[in-house]
Amino acid sequence: MAPVLQSSQPWVEKYRPRQVKDVAHQDEVVRVLTNTLETASCPHMLFYGPPGTGKTTTALAIAHQLFGPELYKSRVLELNASDDRGINVVRTKIKDFAAVAVGSAQRQVGYPCPPYKIIILDEADSMTEDAQACLSLLIRMDNFMNALRRTMETHSKVTRFFFICNYISRIIEPLASRCAKFRFKPLSEEVMCSRVMHICNKEGLNVDAEALSTLSSISQGDLRRAITYLQGAARLFGSSISSKDLISVSGVIPQEVTGALYAACKSGDFDLANKEVTNVIAEGYPVSQMLSQLFDMVLEADDISDEQKARICKSLATADKCLVDGADEYLQMLDVASNTTRALCNMPLEFSYES
Amino acid sequence: MLWVDKYRPKTLDQVLVHKDTAQNLKKLVSEQDCPHLLFYGPSGSGKKTLIMALLRQMFGASAEKVKVETKTWKIDAGSRTIDLELTTLASTHHVELSPSDAGFQDRYIVQEIIKEMAKNRPIDTKGKKGFKVLVLNEVDKLSREAQHSLRRTMEKYSASCRLILCCNSSSRVTEAIRSRCLNVRINAPTEDQVRRSLLHFFHSSSIKIPILLIETVNNTILFLMGLNDSLQKIVKVLEFIGQKEGLQLPSGFASRIADKSNRSLRRAILSFETCRVQQYPFNINQTIPPMDWEEYVAEISSDIMREQSPKRLFQVRGKLYELLTNCIPPEVILKKLLSELLKKLDEELKHEVSHWAAYYEHRMRQGQKAIFHLEAFVAKFMSIYKGFLIATFG
Repeated sequence: MAPVLQSSQPWVEKYRPRQVKDVAHQDEVVRVLTNTLETASCPHMLFYGPPGTGKTTTALAIAHQLFGPELYKSRVLELNASDDRGINVVRTKIKDFAAVAVGSAQRQVGYPCPPYKIIILDEADSMTEDAQACLSLLIRMDNFMNALRRTMETHSKVTRFFFICNYISRIIEPLASRCAKFRFKPLSEEVMCSRVMHICNKEGLNVDAEALSTLSSISQGDLRRAITYLQGAARLFGSSISSKDLISVSGVIPQEVTGALYAACKSGDFDLANKEVTNVIAEGYPVSQMLSQLFDMVLEADDISDEQKARICKSLATADKCLVDGADEYLQMLDVASNTTRALCNMPLEFSYES
Repeated sequence: MLWVDKYRPKTLDQVLVHKDTAQNLKKLVSEQDCPHLLFYGPSGSGKKTLIMALLRQMFGASAEKVKVETKTWKIDAGSRTIDLELTTLASTHHVELSPSDAGFQDRYIVQEIIKEMAKNRPIDTKGKKGFKVLVLNEVDKLSREAQHSLRRTMEKYSASCRLILCCNSSSRVTEAIRSRCLNVRINAPTEDQVRRSLLHFFHSSSIKIPILLIETVNNTILFLMGLNDSLQKIVKVLEFIGQKEGLQLPSGFASRIADKSNRSLRRAILSFETCRVQQYPFNINQTIPPMDWEEYVAEISSDIMREQSPKRLFQVRGKLYELLTNCIPPEVILKKLLSELLKKLDEELKHEVSHWAAYYEHRMRQGQKAIFHLEAFVAKFMSIYKGFLIATFG
């Protein structure tokens, strides 16, 4: 691929840490991996945590640092959800890659080049259970070979797996128990601010303190999102960015809109609530976002009882699940509005005419 | 040519309704590092128009020379090969496709075809842009697997390719994708905007419009709907078209069309054209023909309000089938049916009925056969309504 102009890269790529020690906020992982770099020994790893906390970045950085650019291609296999990863691929592609022996003769100056290969499986929670079971078998075989290693002289058939996922619960137990697990925490506000400031300085942006704290609150610990918003705002509004600009880029719904819906529900008038819902849909606000903002609002409201809050939250949860299943936004929003209205006005929980 | 296409703004500067967004987009592409974009908003709000105008802004007039291509791709999926037929709309700089067309096989489109397209750098490197653009329609209809597949592709090939995603409901797009894009919300033009667009059409043909009349009618409508400055934009567009076509538009007329349009500009312009064919010169009280399927749904709703019995249910089934065979999407039918019912129901029943509508729509999404769930909703409604009637009147 021809070299690309630096400027045409999204900032997320441009400022992706290239070394493990630059990864922000994940001290535990960084400590273990720095150790790995020195001793060149490394267990199978499982990185999990919310999006935008540096999982993929860390895995790629450690692979690069271990092998250097020359050996990287032959030693590291990176598979993500954009590749087909059904059980067939595990049986053929991954197994073949793992089976090829590594000669210890090839060495790169300045890199540890340990005598094993690395397979990075990004977004592992989207793999099927069958494929995961197959993988765990592969690891068992691999560990077995590892135990035999002393008797085998020059070549060793060993592979290290790095699994990356958002939800550890979606990784089958036999696989998870074979790995060292690392949780990636959402970034704290200070860390987020210092990374963002770093980028602002490099790009010559002028961001005040208020905008910074807005940015970290709307991105909720997701650094990638924060940087994407920052770049979006910088493109749209030039080099000095206020917190209002950031909000308009981020798709956060203005407080007035949520407030109007809540007030309509509170009035107890179904038609009024319906009108507000129609408006929200026509304005194109994402309903999932609306639900979470409504949730915040309900939690903070101090003039309603716990029972009312619980009723509203229950209907929010149901609607959220339905949205994930792909249900219609308008109908779900209307159902939430109707439930909220009934909760706020102490109407009975059960429907009266249901047979 | 339909008026909808004839008066589609070609450049970002011509855009009437989303002026601010258009100007922002213009600034965005004037720089080298344009991010991935996700356009979302209700249908008929102008997402596609903005995207086309944006492409023109990026690549100049050559982005408009598109050719339609239907190509069969052979995809090797492990043990078997799959033949996928895919229609694309491509210029030298961009490719537009709807990956969700492939149904449950959409994953392969993302994994193989889109990745292949994204990998290859554009041949023409002399052009000022070092990347090409893939426009993906209806990303909200993509399966979860396909969306997962898209994630890393977006990052890995960001050097040579930009994605512009377009969808109606951004809730159905995974968080992972949303956080990789600059999100652009396109709201439906308020009724006010529509009205003004309509007016605009008239002005150039120098037709005198009694201003007072417009205002009165407009205010009445606005008052009735409880909207303050809605509808204006739709009216604006309609007026613009009328003017270009050299039509004489009675002032309240645009407002009435806008009012009927559910804030969808496309629909407003289409029904405007229908009215023109039907009767010209316009009469302020001319009926604006509603969509025939909407009338049909309204009929169903009054049917089931009148009688609740298995026999009536059977009749309604026939009508629902009729709608489905005419390619009206089941969720649209359900929503329209609900809104018709809500108009006539008592306050206490509204909550209950809307709950069940949401319930059955969700079921419909998970199930296979839409008719079952539509019918279940109708049956549920009948049972509730009957219970209500018995409780009230004995």
